[in-house]
Amino acid sequence: MNITILEGALTTAQVMLTVAMALALFRMIHGPRAQDRVLGLDTLYVNSMLMLLTLGISSGRTLYFEAALIIGLLGFVATVALAKFLMRGEVIE
Amino acid sequence: MPEYLLLLLLVLPFAGSLAIASLLRTAARTLPSWLAGGVALLATILTASYYPSVTNGKVVRYEIAWLPELGLNFTLRLDGFAWLFTMLVTAIGFLVVLYARYYMSAEDPIPRFFSFLLAFMGAMLGVVLSGNIILLSIFWELTSIFSFLLIGYWYHNANARDGARMALTITGIGGFCLLVGFLLIGHIVGSYDLDRVLASGDIIREHPLYLPALVLILIGALTKSAQFPFHFWLPNAMAAPTPVSAYLHSATMVKAGVFLLVRLWPALSGTFEWFWLVGFAGISTLLLGAYFAIFQRDLKGLLAYSTISHLGLITTLLSLGSPLAAVAAIFHMVNHATFKASLFMAAGIIDHETGTRDMQKLSGLFRYLPYTASLAMVACAAMAGVPLLNGFLSKEMFFAEAVETHADSILDQALPYIATLAGAFSVAYSIRFIHTVFFGPPPTDLPKPHPHEPPRWMRFPVESLVFACLIVGIVPGLSIGPFLHTAVLSVLGPETPYYSLAVWHGFNLPLVMSIVAMLGGAALYFALHNYLARCEDGPPIFRHLRGQRIFERILVTVSWKWARWLETNIGTRRLQPQLRIVAVVAFLAAFLPLHLSGFDAKLPPVRGVDPAFVMLWIIGMLSALAAAFLAKYHRFAALLLIGGSGIVTCVTFAWLSAPDLAITQLLVEIVTTVLLLLGLRWLPKRLDKIDESATFSARLRRLRDFAIAVACGVGMSILAYTVMTLPVPDTIANFFLERAYSEGGGRNVVNVILVDFRGFDTMGEIAVLGIVALTVFALLRRFRPATESIGLPEQQRIQNAYDDAQPERNKGDTVRDYLFVPSVVMQWLFPVVITFAIYLFMRGHDLPGGGFAAGITMAIAFLLQYLAGGTRWAEDRLRILPLRWIAFGLLIAAATGAGSWFFGYPFLTSHSQYLTLPLIGKVPTASALLFDLGVFSLVVGATVLILIAIAHQSIRTYRVKAAPKTEDA
Repeated sequence: MNITILEGALTTAQVMLTVAMALALFRMIHGPRAQDRVLGLDTLYVNSMLMLLTLGISSGRTLYFEAALIIGLLGFVATVALAKFLMRGEVIE
Repeated sequence: MPEYLLLLLLVLPFAGSLAIASLLRTAARTLPSWLAGGVALLATILTASYYPSVTNGKVVRYEIAWLPELGLNFTLRLDGFAWLFTMLVTAIGFLVVLYARYYMSAEDPIPRFFSFLLAFMGAMLGVVLSGNIILLSIFWELTSIFSFLLIGYWYHNANARDGARMALTITGIGGFCLLVGFLLIGHIVGSYDLDRVLASGDIIREHPLYLPALVLILIGALTKSAQFPFHFWLPNAMAAPTPVSAYLHSATMVKAGVFLLVRLWPALSGTFEWFWLVGFAGISTLLLGAYFAIFQRDLKGLLAYSTISHLGLITTLLSLGSPLAAVAAIFHMVNHATFKASLFMAAGIIDHETGTRDMQKLSGLFRYLPYTASLAMVACAAMAGVPLLNGFLSKEMFFAEAVETHADSILDQALPYIATLAGAFSVAYSIRFIHTVFFGPPPTDLPKPHPHEPPRWMRFPVESLVFACLIVGIVPGLSIGPFLHTAVLSVLGPETPYYSLAVWHGFNLPLVMSIVAMLGGAALYFALHNYLARCEDGPPIFRHLRGQRIFERILVTVSWKWARWLETNIGTRRLQPQLRIVAVVAFLAAFLPLHLSGFDAKLPPVRGVDPAFVMLWIIGMLSALAAAFLAKYHRFAALLLIGGSGIVTCVTFAWLSAPDLAITQLLVEIVTTVLLLLGLRWLPKRLDKIDESATFSARLRRLRDFAIAVACGVGMSILAYTVMTLPVPDTIANFFLERAYSEGGGRNVVNVILVDFRGFDTMGEIAVLGIVALTVFALLRRFRPATESIGLPEQQRIQNAYDDAQPERNKGDTVRDYLFVPSVVMQWLFPVVITFAIYLFMRGHDLPGGGFAAGITMAIAFLLQYLAGGTRWAEDRLRILPLRWIAFGLLIAAATGAGSWFFGYPFLTSHSQYLTLPLIGKVPTASALLFDLGVFSLVVGATVLILIAIAHQSIRTYRVKAAPKTEDA
């Protein structure tokens, strides 16, 4: 019984996460401002991290958490670089 | 004698060359010559002591497996003929070193000379000793290269540079043809082994590919031996120092061509094609060379043309295809080497003492150099073929063969007359050499007015060689006889004919021809005497037909005019057509074979797929499509969208149970985004208005490109899908899965494959990575951005203007304020990320991670600091030396690999065990971990080097702005 609930919850979560990713993608494509696009990518990263977590839970292996850890720890680097590019016109001065 | 000493014989000159090369920066003058002399003498003794092992047709073989799968073995092979030639190379080499010791002047860089000379000796020994034809062609190329370096030794002299380049071009083309010819022979025979090739003469001659192979090999041999019509490089090579001319361009290297003809004589000769091709080249060279030699003003020019003519004589003999002629050819090779080397040395002495080689200036030198003059006269007489000297014997044999009928044709019937005429010419130029230089009134306007005899030991090499001429000429049977017989036996085997080396054969036709040649030559010289004293350089009429000019004209036409024409007519510098062609060709290359072989793209139905996964892929595809769509006018958005499809790829990897790939790909994704952003700074800004008024043809073009893109994309997807859904047979994957832990000591199969099973590949890959990083760095040092992107970006200008306008603010305050919180976070993250990198590294052997992932993580850690504070801030606080990281990585990887040699295992054999450390617990310590450390270090270095090189562009100042030039760090 518990397993069924868990599986159902995981599937629902995954589908909803993909919906969130699709919405983020819409922002990335549509804009309108460049800043919206960057935020869209950041959201996409966060959603992917959560997706990896659900994968980890459903497979029962902790290895997936490490991939999630990398997004959590380093995923923001791309966002920072993009933001700095927008603000200053170049990434490293 | 043990056969492995052959290897020593071959390695010795190269080792000596390297040892002398280490003295390049020093002013050492005596040590290099002693070293070179010692090596040459040792090689001579070694060769001499091999003699008992090669008599009676015995062969010494030494073989090391090199690439046995390809039939390539490092085979050394010494038979009687090779022995004779080796002796020639080493002994004359020793004499030349001795001579050069006194010849080279104080200003010349001595170590460079001897280093090249010894290396050449090694290459020449390689040609002679190779028992594998591919190996032979490698050494053949080496002799061309060292000849180039030696001709161009005085590179401040334009003639030397031109001569060197021409010699390299001609012999290099020949060497290439030779290699192709050898490959054909290898194809015909089925082996590259020389013994097999020599034993398969009948198969080769019957084969339809015989003619192409023969022509290619002959081009190789004839270019090397300066045969007509490739002869013109040799006179130009006379710009080399005289010891080089004596050694390379008379005694050894130019003999390599005829050596090869003799070597392959059993395999290739005896056909009609052989007779015509070799005979035509040989006879025309013999005659033209001798004729041209008469009219040279330069002493060395005369000797060069005479060398060409004598090589032509040998070639002619070989063309006849009779065993007796082959004996004469081998005999004449030795004789020519002795008298011509001594004549070159004598010419060098004259040049050294008087400062000129112009025969119209030289005169009456006998009174100053009586001893050298006597030696030169004997050598010249040998060259002219005067009885009781060695040249006479082989010339008589040549005349005897010329009279015989071999292949009934005009060429063969004319041969006796041509031979006599060439003999007369050679008598004429020999008399000219002696008469003009040593007799007549004392010279008047010499650059060095007081010539005198050279030092004792400078004369010694000439003396020894002239002595050899005399001995061989007077008692041939007792001196050269047995050695010649050994050599002949090894080439001809059972076909060895009866021949006599006696000085007196009775009054026969060859003797009459000799007498006619002698008298005719003398008469010719005295008829031309007055003309020669005043004439221009070069033979009449022919002097206008300069081989050098024709050669340069051809070179310019081929490498400049034709290339230009091709480039303007079928080339384009526009990127789009190039890409279009690449895409279309790639599509056709995949489509045509599949279509012809009846490939049926039946896609298996897709079922049982997770809806979330499908959604995920749709997102990824949309992202990629949008990126492609926006790439033209909105690079920034396209970059973001590429990041989006990248992250979907990573999740897909994880979903399909490849977390290790996902981790690596994620890290790469992050670095790539930053890298592309760094590059984006230097691209022109987006156009404000996009021109929508596309013409009809432009629309058509876009439609076509779209069609190509769709075709390529769909085709690729179908191919990939088909391949991936094929039922997997028992592949190599299972092998790795089973052995990873038992033999590699790790549970992360990918990592074990990378650092252990395929460690050698990884080694190559990291080396390539290092090279790429260095190349990027080097290219960016000379990077000149477009003028519109040199200035500060618009945003910075506005922010700086705002800072400047406010009295209480300093320039750069805005960015500092904005980044205040993020930069603190990023600085504090530095140790955290490093710890994470170490964590990834340490457990890489058993679980996802490893050197590569850790390296990129480490690079991201550095990158963050640059992002947080800017280049100057980061470099004030961190000393990152990417080049050292790269060097350290490569060294440690190579050292780990080599380390297994100490334990008697092959390169890169891994050893593994677990080590228990306090607090941390069990730690895997395979030696592969050390190798992985190398990978880690290299990846950090390479990534950081590239990122920094781009980042540094924005703190450079450019000359365009008329600012003082500063080079980036």
